[in-house]
Amino acid sequence: MAISYKLQRRKVVHQILKERGDAAVITGIGNAVHDVASFNDDPKNMYLAGVMGGASMVAFGIALAQPKRRVLVITGDGELLAGVGSLATIGVEQPKNMSIIVIDNQAYGATGNQHTHTGSGVDLVGIAAASGFKKTALITTQAELESELPKIHSEPGPYFAVVKVTNKSSPRIDAPRDGTYVARRFRAAVTGESM
Amino acid sequence: MATKKKKKTDWSKEVFKVLKKADIRQIAYVPDAGHTSLIKMAVADNAIKPVSLTSEQEGIAVLSGAWLGGEAGALLMQSSGVGNVINMLGMANECRFPLLMLVTMRGEWGEFNPWQVPMGQATETVLDAAGVIIHRADDPAEIAETVEAAAKIAFDSGRMVAVLIGQRVVGFKDWTK
Repeated sequence: MAISYKLQRRKVVHQILKERGDAAVITGIGNAVHDVASFNDDPKNMYLAGVMGGASMVAFGIALAQPKRRVLVITGDGELLAGVGSLATIGVEQPKNMSIIVIDNQAYGATGNQHTHTGSGVDLVGIAAASGFKKTALITTQAELESELPKIHSEPGPYFAVVKVTNKSSPRIDAPRDGTYVARRFRAAVTGESM
Repeated sequence: MATKKKKKTDWSKEVFKVLKKADIRQIAYVPDAGHTSLIKMAVADNAIKPVSLTSEQEGIAVLSGAWLGGEAGALLMQSSGVGNVINMLGMANECRFPLLMLVTMRGEWGEFNPWQVPMGQATETVLDAAGVIIHRADDPAEIAETVEAAAKIAFDSGRMVAVLIGQRVVGFKDWTK
């Protein structure tokens, strides 16, 4: 039986975004999109609303192209598990300007809360550490979240944290759904080039 | 044998020049024998960030990120890896990310390994079904110009393009022997 946790995903994500500065934020599919969009629809948000397992590597490509900018991934445990090999690749590549935050509800929240492997003991923090991530954290309380916030935004990475949250979803707040629009708006915002 | 080897290096050198001219800054790859020279040149070039992948689907994602961050990239892979990228291509298609894929073919011209045949034979069909523009090159002399044309469609017109480099070019040497 999976352990239940008290942190609420939306509050956690909003608290992280409050201090993002000029960071680029890449979301995984599902609730991560709504969590980020409900804080604000920043042009430096790239919502990957339709694929499983790609968010970390999209962020890594951005981190390579924009070495002076912090790149944050905000994604779910299901999305990360679908591309878990990415942790090995990023661990080898060692991007200093990248943080991955996994909002771990131990469930596929968008499809009916079926269990993911993290609820059965799969340790994503352990996988990231063993893959070579410089700094990792397991966050289960508000105090732990607050002590990790500065590291999320400025610790030389690659940084990786799992935030264990309750599996209750918050109201759905949609981001713009047209991929071409979101992508071109994002590129213009982070490169300064016109769309 | 020596001439055959020289030929192989030559097309790789020409293709690398084309990639440099297109200002490619990220080269992601899952190794294939046919890409050996290109990978070596990418790793040796200070202006290019080579990214070794665990699976080809990571390559579609990293190149999407490259473009979002203002850089151009290319993905090197074998035809067997095409099956791993199909779902991720949906993202590139929806977002109109430019994608340049160089695919060395197996499972066609003189294939010795029967396990390579199903994916090799399905490669063109599945890429086409996923909305990728396909250019084929079966003559070493035409590979570089084909890659140059593909890079133009990818980056100037914002499309997903695959250059399929025929097994006839790469050869069908049994690397286990």
